[in-house]
Amino acid sequence: MTTAEWLDIGWVDQIPVRGSRTVKVEGGDDIALFRTAEGKIFALRDRCPHKHGRLSQGIVHGGAVACPLHNWRISLATGEALGEDKGCTPTVPVKIDGGRVLLCRASTLRAAA
Amino acid sequence: MKYRPITAESDTRDHLVVIGNGMAGCRAVEELLARDPSRFRITIFGAEPRVNYNRIMLSPVLAGEKEFGDIIINDADWYASNGIALVTGDPVVAIDRSAKTVTTRSGLVERYDRLLIATGSNPFIIPVPGKDLPGVIAFRDMDDVNAMLAAADAGKNRGGGAAVVIGGGLLGLEAAHGLSLRGMKVTVLHLMPTLMERQLDEAAGWLLKQALEARGQTILTGADTAEIVGEMKVEGVKLKDGTLIPADLVVMAVGIRPSTQLARDAGLAVGRGIQVDDHMVTSDPAVLAVGECVEHDGQVYGLVAPLWDMCRSLADGLVDKPTGYRGSVTSTKLKVSGIDVFSAGDFSGGDDCEDIVLRDASRGIYKRVVLRDDRVVGAVLYGDTADGNWYFDLLKTQEDVSALRDILIFGQAFAFGGGRADPKAAVAALSDDAEICGCNGVTKGQVVSSIAKGAHSLDAVRSSCKASASCGSCTGLVETLLALTLGDEVRSGPKTLCKCTSFGHDDVRREIIAQGMRSIPEVMQKLHWATPDGCASCRPALNYYLLCALPGAYQDDQQSRFVNERLHANIQKDGTYSVVPRMWGGITSPAELRAIADVVEKFSAPMVKVTGGQRLDIFGIKKEDLPAVWADLNAAGMVSGHAYGKALRTVKTCVGSEWCRFGTQDSTGLGVKIERMSWGSWMPHKFKIAVSGCPRNCAEATIKDFGIVCVDSGYELHVGGNGGIHVRATDLLCKVASEQEAMDYCAAFIQLYREEARYLERTAPWIERVGLDYVKARLVEDDAGREALRARFLVSQSFSQDDPWAQRAEGAEAEHHAPMARFTPQEELA
Ligand code: SRM
Ligand SMILES: Cc1cc2nc3c(=O)[nH]c(=O)nc-3n(C[C@H](O)[C@H](O)[C@H](O)COP(=O)(O)OP(=O)(O)OC[C@H]3O[C@@H](n4cnc5c(N)ncnc54)[C@H](O)[C@@H]3O)c2cc1C
Ligand code: SF4
Ligand code: FES
Repeated sequence: MTTAEWLDIGWVDQIPVRGSRTVKVEGGDDIALFRTAEGKIFALRDRCPHKHGRLSQGIVHGGAVACPLHNWRISLATGEALGEDKGCTPTVPVKIDGGRVLLCRASTLRAAA
Repeated sequence: MKYRPITAESDTRDHLVVIGNGMAGCRAVEELLARDPSRFRITIFGAEPRVNYNRIMLSPVLAGEKEFGDIIINDADWYASNGIALVTGDPVVAIDRSAKTVTTRSGLVERYDRLLIATGSNPFIIPVPGKDLPGVIAFRDMDDVNAMLAAADAGKNRGGGAAVVIGGGLLGLEAAHGLSLRGMKVTVLHLMPTLMERQLDEAAGWLLKQALEARGQTILTGADTAEIVGEMKVEGVKLKDGTLIPADLVVMAVGIRPSTQLARDAGLAVGRGIQVDDHMVTSDPAVLAVGECVEHDGQVYGLVAPLWDMCRSLADGLVDKPTGYRGSVTSTKLKVSGIDVFSAGDFSGGDDCEDIVLRDASRGIYKRVVLRDDRVVGAVLYGDTADGNWYFDLLKTQEDVSALRDILIFGQAFAFGGGRADPKAAVAALSDDAEICGCNGVTKGQVVSSIAKGAHSLDAVRSSCKASASCGSCTGLVETLLALTLGDEVRSGPKTLCKCTSFGHDDVRREIIAQGMRSIPEVMQKLHWATPDGCASCRPALNYYLLCALPGAYQDDQQSRFVNERLHANIQKDGTYSVVPRMWGGITSPAELRAIADVVEKFSAPMVKVTGGQRLDIFGIKKEDLPAVWADLNAAGMVSGHAYGKALRTVKTCVGSEWCRFGTQDSTGLGVKIERMSWGSWMPHKFKIAVSGCPRNCAEATIKDFGIVCVDSGYELHVGGNGGIHVRATDLLCKVASEQEAMDYCAAFIQLYREEARYLERTAPWIERVGLDYVKARLVEDDAGREALRARFLVSQSFSQDDPWAQRAEGAEAEHHAPMARFTPQEELA
């Protein structure tokens, strides 16, 4: 149900639990979709604030993902680096409708740019 | 069925028509009557051929704990004495908003002044072939329960029929429980990895699964239904992986959808549900809606508690004293006797949240309370749900719980039981006979006396009096006793595996084997993990420990692996991957080189390089292209080089006696043999081998994990070397005479390292820790022990030597590689 505001990405079940999938945005960075152990879905620009690691490739635990390049932990809810590290990755609002994952169109464009 | 009281034609009161004789519809009417019994003339239409009953009690009816008569909320007298006209068994099929009428299936037309839609939900039926076969039902109303009871009865004559329940949520599990009590053999199919994943976290879901399995149900998680098979009626369910499960009855309990068709056809605003304001008024001021069929503030609900709140606001609005509904927080309890599960609020946690976890494996208890800014935001309880309501209350009132923080998890009785608000004081007040460690029967007096005798750390207490040495659930108590007895003198114990646990690596490994644990959630429960699903440090370690303990039987958890091991390639700084095919002993051939060259060209790899490990590395491959690259390399006979793994990397060789004027033995040939024996094995850390043909050591065998230096009289075996920041030259383990012995020692050494080293500990630090003498005692001085280690390694290898690339090239785990969607802004805007 893609609309002017929301992009229909696919079924929630397509994202592995404690895992991630990406959305390719033509001409920009990917958007990483995460699904936590509790089934919450989050979306972030797929780019670590440190040195641009692909967050989608990290280990998801609790509400955070560990970047695969140098192990920064990034909050899935806020995009902020946790602990001692400082930096932030843009987040994209997501909503679930009838099992479908919808991404906020405007933020997707902004985050990918 | 029709109860029509005498309503005089002259009754000029406004006519309220209710569609739906269910829980919300009738409750709304009750609330209204309580406020103003004479304001409206009321007619209720119900699709079901019966009076209003308590739908949630269908589960106890199915389980045989109640009869239909027990669960009726409003009997025929109630309708009559309140002057309500009830039409049952005749659903409303149309609403005409301009004429203000409703029409039923039988053709009855009724005019309304105010209309209330309370049509509830429809069970969602997954669109698979066979879904319409007789014997496929949902679990929503009394007819469904009757159908289930009939199927169970029919099965009895044949010694119990078979039922498949699709959906491992609340409804599905209650159906499964009832059917199994009624004598059916029940299989629950659940698409997700854990049961009730919307209400329970992984830990609680795992406990629930164990408990249901212990009661004889078969629970298949990750089970995706492909079709329901049968000629005239249901005969079985086929899964996407081909498994066929015979069944006389299939219950679909995969979810519900608000029943909105009538409203939609009538042109009312409908999103996921019928959209209503805070007073339950739809987009048409004359039409109200309530219950599961509505959407309020973007939310739809599937539980009764919100209905009660909605009905109150609705009635307040109808009698012109509007209060306004503000949404509901919900809690869930599973109604399966003997299994206590509770969940409320948001338990997804996150970093602005704090988890308080209590696990008591001996009593089968798991409790987790989630706090944000010192307020309870969620709770999951398994095994002991007595405090569910207390937590739910704290959640709803958003009370500041910082003063209770330390004792919150022990429950209300503890928190308010006789001034025990200080946990230290509570422990201090315990008598000397009070049992601290249930597993080993250790009293407070015994713990205190061993502390007094010099056990000044947790670990020292564990080894001196055994308290907290088994399941660890009393660790907190022991630590408090240490603090009470010693003040600040407590020595911190050995490094724990990570901050999620008070156990060290060795303890965890020992307990996994001693208790026969089989999965990560099981370890976390039995060893009282302090976090719900671990962290990026402990998950990979546990995954490895289990895999090592259960060769062939352990179900590897991909999400607990570092990306390189998940994608079988090395991630690079720009997010592309490098691919290193195995080049046995450093030997290659024109065909292999040609295949590599072709891959480099076909996928425009920007660089191909000889590695420090004697093979070729292809750089800059995109994640999406990896399976195709592997398919091409596989076609030329090459397999994964595991350059990415905590696994055997390379076996470096030199040319040896075949060509070299100094060579004493066939180092190349032996290297190839050893690599063939040991490739594919997962280890605590990476593992490198080299074979040099003479003491000139051109293969650098003396800085490898296992190095062989050939000499005239045989083979010198060296262990525990590495390059890296702290170069460590190997220690000489022993000298053997034949190739076969060299290989046997190598296999035994690898297995000893696999079984005893800590995760991420390479052989060099491991040997420094345990000492070369220990390794010699196990491998050189104990022939039988060495032979047993070798045998265990070979057993484990029989499950490991499956090329992961080949599986992926054939399409396994394709979701790791392809993006989920593509989005082209220009196109989208056009
Ligand atoms: C590709 C390669 C460099 C090359 O272009 O030659 C390489 C590349 C990396 N090495 Fe290495 N090492 C490579 C041979 C070596 C060697 C030489 C050898 O194997 O004889 C050594 C010294 C020997 C040894 O291991 O002791 C070596 C010692 C290390 C170390 C230090 C290990 C230690 O225990 O201290 C690390 C760091 C680590 O693993 O934590 C490391 C880590 C790495 C990592 C994995 C860094 C990382 O974490 O991303 C590099 C991965 C690059 C990539 O993505 O492909 N690499 N690395 C070599 C691949 C060999 C192969 O065919 O598999
Ligand atoms: C087996 C089971 C167990 C449950 N357990 C729990 C529990 O433990 N805790 C909890 O909170 N909730 C539980 N629930 C959910 C709870 O029952 C529902 O949230 C609640 O019944 C919803 O009330 P409702 O009035 O909106 O819908 P319903 O109770 O379904 O009432 C809607 C009624 O409208 C009728 N209807 C529909 N369309 C028409 C039409 N066109 N014309 C006339 N009539 C129509 C339907 O036949 C139905 O009788 C359970 C549900 C089931 C099925
Ligand atoms: S030496 Fe350093 S830079 Fe070179 S490959 Fe190894 S880790 Fe990377
Ligand atoms: S790029 Fe993410 S931690 Fe360095």
